[in-house]
Amino acid sequence: MNAFYTKWMGGKKGAIELAVLAVFIFVVMPLWLDIFRLNLVGKYLTYAFAAVGLVMVWGYGGILSLGQGVFFGIGGYCMAMFLKLEASDPVSTAHQTTPGIPDFMDWNQITHLPLFWEPFHSLIFSLAAVILVPVALAYVISTAMFKRRVGGVYFSIITQAIAAILTILVVGQQGLTGGINGITDLKTIHGWNINTDSAKYILYFLNGVLLLAVIMLCRFLLSSKFGRLLLAMRDKEDRVRFSGYDVANFKIFTFSVGAAISAIGGAMFTLQVGFMSPSLIGIVPSIEMVIFAAIGGRISLVGAVYGTLLVNYGKSAFSESFPSLWLLLMGALFIGVVMLFPNGLAGLYDVYFKKWVEQLAIRLKKVFPLEKLKPVKAEINHEQ
Amino acid sequence: MSNDLVLAIEDLTVSFDGFRAVDGLNLYVEKNELRVIIGPNGAGKTTVLDLICGKTRATGGSIKFNGIELTKFPEYKIVQTGVGRKFQTPSIYENLSVLENLEISFPRGRSVFGSLMFKRTQDVTDRILETAEMIFLSEQLDAQAGLLSHGQKQWLEIGMLLIQNPELLMLDEPVAGMSVSEREKTAELLNKVSNGRSVIVIEHDMEFVKRIAHKVTVLHQGKVLAEGNMDTVQNNPKVIEVYLGH
Repeated sequence: MNAFYTKWMGGKKGAIELAVLAVFIFVVMPLWLDIFRLNLVGKYLTYAFAAVGLVMVWGYGGILSLGQGVFFGIGGYCMAMFLKLEASDPVSTAHQTTPGIPDFMDWNQITHLPLFWEPFHSLIFSLAAVILVPVALAYVISTAMFKRRVGGVYFSIITQAIAAILTILVVGQQGLTGGINGITDLKTIHGWNINTDSAKYILYFLNGVLLLAVIMLCRFLLSSKFGRLLLAMRDKEDRVRFSGYDVANFKIFTFSVGAAISAIGGAMFTLQVGFMSPSLIGIVPSIEMVIFAAIGGRISLVGAVYGTLLVNYGKSAFSESFPSLWLLLMGALFIGVVMLFPNGLAGLYDVYFKKWVEQLAIRLKKVFPLEKLKPVKAEINHEQ
Repeated sequence: MSNDLVLAIEDLTVSFDGFRAVDGLNLYVEKNELRVIIGPNGAGKTTVLDLICGKTRATGGSIKFNGIELTKFPEYKIVQTGVGRKFQTPSIYENLSVLENLEISFPRGRSVFGSLMFKRTQDVTDRILETAEMIFLSEQLDAQAGLLSHGQKQWLEIGMLLIQNPELLMLDEPVAGMSVSEREKTAELLNKVSNGRSVIVIEHDMEFVKRIAHKVTVLHQGKVLAEGNMDTVQNNPKVIEVYLGH
């Protein structure tokens, strides 16, 4: 239990952070917002997966990926393919030239289901594919790069190119992928309608639980020697290499973990928003994800979630009134944050608000001396 | 040659764009030996260490460590066979504590999953404390490594190698930037650690070399100019010429 507390929750500080985030997601948001707005927050929280993944990959791993949308998108597409096949049963597609295949295939004169779609009839296969396909791709890309010691800006550019290539591929192969419109008109998962209000509530909570679980998994990874090695590699990569570690393997693992996390977000996006399209794969969304992480604080896992929510709130608030100004504003925000607060919201909190919060906590303790009620537990066995 | 040959370098050559930084070098190091390599700037001293530890790839020749050919091995494998190398400028993890620096260097859990499952067990802690004592940093275990003095950083890096218990330890200018008393302590340390393993040191400070060297190799233009004990080497006319110039 103690090991769980220190390793997965991140000790007292980490546990408080998680608790605050949990209250925010599970209590404040649902009480405050109607289901339409809550569903919107749920959509933003799926982007937060990508941002949390970037905290691992970029913040801790020192690898700037400009292609996180690729993994988000593949995760989303794997989910969408299952849902689309379920929505395309022969009865409801009886009016098509070829009933039983997705509508966009019919429009593109395709007369039988392509082979790679077949396994997506199975929910279990699809759920596994959500994770495994992006991880496999991330593994191949990062192995090819890191084993050859390609890194830094070159790696970023290659990930960006992959985002562009995948978008072009998906758009170009309209009959197989749904093209620029993506995969739309999704209805049920295993017979359960995802478009009802109650389903949206359930999916929102599921999304929140998964997000917290992912953050805890990252905490566990970072609390082990693996986490300290990532810091050491950012500092003196050669020293790590000449201490007997195969540095490339650690980067490959980190990049693959980041990809898996983004992919979970993508799958939850499909479920909550009800479609998946190339507009979520390309260069622009991938860079937006980097901005979410940067604004949240690129070495703060929970900060990334707040950063994502803040930027997206700004996006919807401003783009409603000043649609053309928003992009400029976001660019300025990104530059400003990187220049003035390299550690983003989390850094801002550490510098300006932490003292107040700590003082407040001390005062509260004086007013409500909780220690007297609980058995005293000293600082729990830090393994360090 | 004795049977206890740990390192045998034969006909080692590396050229960068036609410039032969190391040129047909032969070098043999025995067990329990502390060898010092000296030579004027650009003689190829650091390059030799780079070649042994795999940082630079040889153009030709062979490096045999306990009979194992190292020239084709990736760096981490060379380390795992028992070669440790300290860099010229102290190369430590500034953001981690002294203890964490030593712990990362402890030779266990070097794979990704090994590092996730790594636990600081009693034997690890014992070894860390023992090493910290050797490198005079017992009091600084919890200090952030970046805050140590320059000399302490040099010691820490030596400690990070010692904790791996390498059979061959290579140190590139270990006393650079150290005070006189720190040099004294380092000389003691090196004399102690050369027991049971082989040590190669690159150094410019001749007083220091005299104190530690069993045998000295003088490199010049990528080749061995002279080899022997300190006195013979110092009185060698070729060495004097190279050092004093024409």
